[in-house]
Amino acid sequence: MNGLLNFIRRLGATAVEGVWRIGFAARFFVLLLRHSGQSLTRIHLTVREIYFSGVLSLLIIMVSGLFVGMVLGLQGYETLQRYGSGDALGVLVSLSLTRELGPVVAGLLFASRAGLAVTAEIGLMKTTEQLDAMDMMAVNPIARVVAPRFWGGVISMPLLAALFSAMGVLGGWLIGVVFIGVDNGAFWSQMQAAVDFRFDIMNGVIKSFVFGATVALIAVFEGYDCTPTAEGLSRAITRTVVTSALAILALDFVLTSLMFRGQS
Amino acid sequence: MVSETDNLLVSLKDVRFAYGEREILRGVNLKVPRGKVVAIMGGSGCGKTTLLRLIGGQLRATAGTVEVAGRNVSSLNTAELYEMRRRMGMLFQFGALFTDMSVFDNVAFPLREHTDLPFGLIRDMVLMKLNAVGLRGAADLMPAELSGGMARRVALARAIALDPMLIMYDEPFAGLDPISLGVIGQLIRKLNDALGATTIMVTHDIMESLQIVDYIYFVSEGGIVAEGTPDELRASKDPWVYQFIHAEPDGPVPFHYPAEALDESLIGGSAA
Repeated sequence: MNGLLNFIRRLGATAVEGVWRIGFAARFFVLLLRHSGQSLTRIHLTVREIYFSGVLSLLIIMVSGLFVGMVLGLQGYETLQRYGSGDALGVLVSLSLTRELGPVVAGLLFASRAGLAVTAEIGLMKTTEQLDAMDMMAVNPIARVVAPRFWGGVISMPLLAALFSAMGVLGGWLIGVVFIGVDNGAFWSQMQAAVDFRFDIMNGVIKSFVFGATVALIAVFEGYDCTPTAEGLSRAITRTVVTSALAILALDFVLTSLMFRGQS
Repeated sequence: MVSETDNLLVSLKDVRFAYGEREILRGVNLKVPRGKVVAIMGGSGCGKTTLLRLIGGQLRATAGTVEVAGRNVSSLNTAELYEMRRRMGMLFQFGALFTDMSVFDNVAFPLREHTDLPFGLIRDMVLMKLNAVGLRGAADLMPAELSGGMARRVALARAIALDPMLIMYDEPFAGLDPISLGVIGQLIRKLNDALGATTIMVTHDIMESLQIVDYIYFVSEGGIVAEGTPDELRASKDPWVYQFIHAEPDGPVPFHYPAEALDESLIGGSAA
């Protein structure tokens, strides 16, 4: 009986803790938006974060995009040629990348590379009292540290997803056209005919923007809210990666069902 | 000393504070006159750093009033609090230097954030502050390249960058070698007098403190248990003061965190 009571008590405490954290995160997000003015008026702070989150993620994003496109080229051609539609490889590769794989895989990579780095940096600043020192110097850490990193992530992510998709298409072309022998003209012309700018590209951009904002918010919140110890920082980093991945996949389902329901 | 009530910069009246259920301060009264160097001393975990955070407005007292320059810190909104903090400097225990900035940029940080001064003037001011702590030649180094004592001196230069009215030090001597300890101690005194500031210092180091401070408060078990000038404390027969000043292992200062009797812990096994 005691064991059951303890279990219910722990379950209740976990639920309360979870709701409390969601509330705190929402309040944090409102504060972040309120103090975002400095990220625009002192644009060099945000540009610096775009460099750290975006430019330094370029290599992993572009190389991953190339390989994902190459795999799509191989697998896609293997399936399409069974139905005599090998020439439609460009359509398959480009639609898969712009609608789904570009935003989702780039988002997951972004969370692992840039999101993790942001959580670690802010968390370590908290652990070493740098945020407290800033606060004591009458400099708001949310305005000076958190907001530029958030907006840096929000701006970087759609650009990275676009580059991921572009590299993926290139990878698909490399495998499909150069190595397998799909007709070059058919590859590009069918792609051009099938991919709609507003419906496919813009929806992909919207997805990547939402994923970028989600990952950036999770990353800065986990860093800012971490327990200022080595273990607390380690847990915060883990939570950033796990929560971001789950949030991206869940949001992808929601957005896909809203954007593409009954239209393709 | 505490009779100079009209010239007080910091005043705590019946201040109580708790972290959740754990009450740390139970009715602290403390006064810091302008221009003086005051030390707050006591054993580990007695609430010394909490007192500094209450004065700086990073924590809010659960009861009582904390006044700085005549204003109740607990009643200030964020903008008013930041306005007040611009006239405060705080040195954290391990310096809390911004690790992605050079020594120069660390000291320039408050100037760049709060003033529109031209680069040339900021440069001159930063170099003067660094010169005051003897580290003008280290301006281009990164915090990772500094020793513990040097990092604390840079943090001190940063804390005085805006010529504050109040400088607070959290354990400025912790972990320093004897030479660095003496240098930092003398700097604290000289900077206070040169800037016409007021200093509150939280420390364990009784010998260094007795040489440089004007007044000392001893904190234990949530309250002020003794106070006085260095000369008064040296002559004091109060067992609490005597034990602390002479570093006696036995006396009224508790060494153990409150717990049940040892035999009960061992027999009952509840601590594990």
